[in-house]
Amino acid sequence: MSQPERKNMPRRGAGGRASHDVGGLEFGPIDRHEHDLALWEKRTDAMLILLRDNKRRALTVDAHRRAIESYGEQEYDRTTYYEKWIRAVRNLIIEQEIVTREEIEAKMAEVRAKHAKAGRKAAKETVPW
Amino acid sequence: MVKARAPTSRFAPGDRVRVAARPVVGHCRTPWYLRGKAGVVAEVQGTFRNPEQLAYFKPGLPAQVLYKVRFKQGDIWGRYAGPVGDNLEADIYEHWLEPLK
Repeated sequence: MSQPERKNMPRRGAGGRASHDVGGLEFGPIDRHEHDLALWEKRTDAMLILLRDNKRRALTVDAHRRAIESYGEQEYDRTTYYEKWIRAVRNLIIEQEIVTREEIEAKMAEVRAKHAKAGRKAAKETVPW
Repeated sequence: MVKARAPTSRFAPGDRVRVAARPVVGHCRTPWYLRGKAGVVAEVQGTFRNPEQLAYFKPGLPAQVLYKVRFKQGDIWGRYAGPVGDNLEADIYEHWLEPLK
């Protein structure tokens, strides 16, 4: 899937404008084309819904927002919507001690090895911490 | 969002208000471009636990009244090219609003 070029805009302004708070900044025209979601994007959505449902209450939508809003400006601008989501889910389940960073890295290595064995290449090696 | 018991709302529809211009650390739902701007209360939308605390897994109490506040586009942007009557409505929590006469 081709990715549009993503612009980075410096956040100027007093009072500590956060990296996500971009209303009014000149990012150019919005791409309004509809596009299909990748399987991993649908899974990301499902994962967040399950983690914050009434049975688990592991996360809140506000905590998820907070995690996304804590990204640095350049990181915020160069990642896609669901890349922001999955990274926030990962960071929060570690913060809340649901899993450890080591457990996630071990699982990632396992999945990567499985795909490599099947001759498939991972699109991106890692999502930055 | 979880609805909590409604306290008395400080503002009513038609009241002129100003959004606080204070700086923020952490999660906040008041957009930067509206801070310090004057508007009019359009609607009282109910009472909700405070997302600024929910974001850190705290109870979010006391709950905050949420308003729909109407701003003139010309008041928000330095150079607004659209019609003079254009408005923008935004959800603003009570603890972000100051009375304006």
